[in-house]
Amino acid sequence: MGPAPALPAPGASEKELRAGRVPPLRRLAARPELGSLLGAVVLFAVFFAAAEPFRQAGSLATVLYAASTIGIMAVGVALLMIGGEFDLSAGVAVVTASLATGMTAYQFNLNVWAAAGISLALALLIGFLNGLILVRTGLPSFLVTLSVFLMLQGLNIAVTKLVTGSVSSRSIADMDGFDSVRAVFASSVPVLGTEVRITVLWWLLFTALATWVLLRTRAGNWIYAVGGSADGARAVGVPVAKVKIGLFMTVGFFAWFSGMHLIAASGGVQQSGEGVGNELLYIMAAVVGGCLLTGGYGTVVGAAIGAFIYGMTKQGIVYAGWDNNWVMFFVGAMLLLAVVVNSWFRSRAGGRR
Amino acid sequence: MTGNDRGADRADGAAAPDTAQPGGAALDGAEQGGTEQGGAAPLLRLIGAGKDFGNIRALSGVDLEVHAGRVGCVLGDNGAGKSTLIKILAGLHRPTSGTYLVDGEPVEFSSPREALDRGIATVYQDLALVPLMPVWRNFFLGSEPRAGFWPLTRLRVAEMRATADAELKKMGIDLPDIDAPVADLSGGQKQVVAIARAVYFGARVLILDEPTAALGVKQSGVVLRYVRAARDAGLAVVFITHNPHHAHMVGDHFTVLRLGEVELDAPRSELALDDLVHHMAGGAELDALEHELGR
Repeated sequence: MGPAPALPAPGASEKELRAGRVPPLRRLAARPELGSLLGAVVLFAVFFAAAEPFRQAGSLATVLYAASTIGIMAVGVALLMIGGEFDLSAGVAVVTASLATGMTAYQFNLNVWAAAGISLALALLIGFLNGLILVRTGLPSFLVTLSVFLMLQGLNIAVTKLVTGSVSSRSIADMDGFDSVRAVFASSVPVLGTEVRITVLWWLLFTALATWVLLRTRAGNWIYAVGGSADGARAVGVPVAKVKIGLFMTVGFFAWFSGMHLIAASGGVQQSGEGVGNELLYIMAAVVGGCLLTGGYGTVVGAAIGAFIYGMTKQGIVYAGWDNNWVMFFVGAMLLLAVVVNSWFRSRAGGRR
Repeated sequence: MTGNDRGADRADGAAAPDTAQPGGAALDGAEQGGTEQGGAAPLLRLIGAGKDFGNIRALSGVDLEVHAGRVGCVLGDNGAGKSTLIKILAGLHRPTSGTYLVDGEPVEFSSPREALDRGIATVYQDLALVPLMPVWRNFFLGSEPRAGFWPLTRLRVAEMRATADAELKKMGIDLPDIDAPVADLSGGQKQVVAIARAVYFGARVLILDEPTAALGVKQSGVVLRYVRAARDAGLAVVFITHNPHHAHMVGDHFTVLRLGEVELDAPRSELALDDLVHHMAGGAELDALEHELGR
């Protein structure tokens, strides 16, 4: 029968099929969060040694607060990145939500909660439009959300000026519902004798919730699938367009939540020009935490660690008494380091990932 | 033909309940003697099927029968119409002429989902697996079993992992880590995961699009063994390939396509490997070329 390749005997091929057992250390090294976790520990040690005020419990609460302001959005942005897209409009969308709450409450003399409802609808709509344009045009999310980012940036300032005649929304601090809004979005709660900002608790809650969704629900399975291989997912019946739109709307939800914190924390006034650049910090947190820019890989816990690294850098430099202008330099250096370490670990772990 | 000594465990391998096909035993005989296509009615049948794309005739007058417990091989060079044929069978294209019968009834599928609902599963070359996802998540992707009430509806993770592991073990793949991403599997293992998934979700007809095309000899052997296992479990297999050696090792019936038409249609008993190789290599055309080059 000439060149016909012989089939292997069953015994032999069963052995071939059994891939080598994965040692636990290597399995740990394959975790997407590992690089960021090591980075966080090192950074913590450095500031702990270098900055005396950093060692107090109250300082940790401040660090966590700084982390949470980025971290809450990073939850949504990480989910979106795992789903294979990213959102450059996320930074200004937070301010859009905050302005919408402030201006609808003031102009229509609404209870702040009602204004918050309108603002939520708007934030979800922005996410929906991002997603819809993306799946309809097939353009990369970079271009779609860059356009939306620029449009929102313009709208934030232009509409605010049109409505209030100034660069910020009018104060809603004395309006109905503001006190309870502030209690939900911007209060402090005592934890183990230290006052901790409530956003820290929300951040941890959202991280836990999103982790559960990712790992234990069908939606989570689909998020990894559309990010990993949209065509493969479509072929087995995953509604890829719905998942992507849903993810952009999830980012919209978190933008609304962060916007509510902004306006509640700033005494009911929102500056219209803020938020620019934050979208990159959210992406930074997700990438430091091990999310791949190409999608299909990463965790929300990683994004939380990424946000924690940002919080430590930002506050640690202040506590160490160094010039505040170094913050961004260090954040950038941490990002570069984390990306290099993450990809090194991935290749060492042997996965073709 | 070596490697015919498949383990007995493999025969009860794949999940289909109608394992009681006499196919396994009879087909061992087929190695020497050969089986005829008669007997039970075909699961799928194409009568004079053709497909035009505008002015281009991709396929014309193709007759094909697919039987339970048999491997029907479709061979052909590039552009012979193999992929058009698959797409008709899989429900992606409707034939522009001729009839497509499933279980003896004429059908007009408007989507692959409808074909799938009739138990016709297609495993494409690119497999529809997500490389970065664990094996067990891939296995159930798109058909995840769930428990609990909304919003706490969750995956039955333990069940999914155990089932995926058990189904793959039945196919002879024993992974130390069912959490390993599909990217860590070999090409042959990926094919088998995709086949096992199709079988588990109730396929009666398995259409395999060039499953050995990108594989080395060993890995091809792995896949061919599971083609045979699926057949022995009573599934009808349509094995599309351009490799006559692979086809001849597992095939019960051979259809060679050339320029959209059936060039050769023969059961195993009437066809030696050399004939098949000859046909695939270009047949008379090759003879002429050999003569012309005169070496």
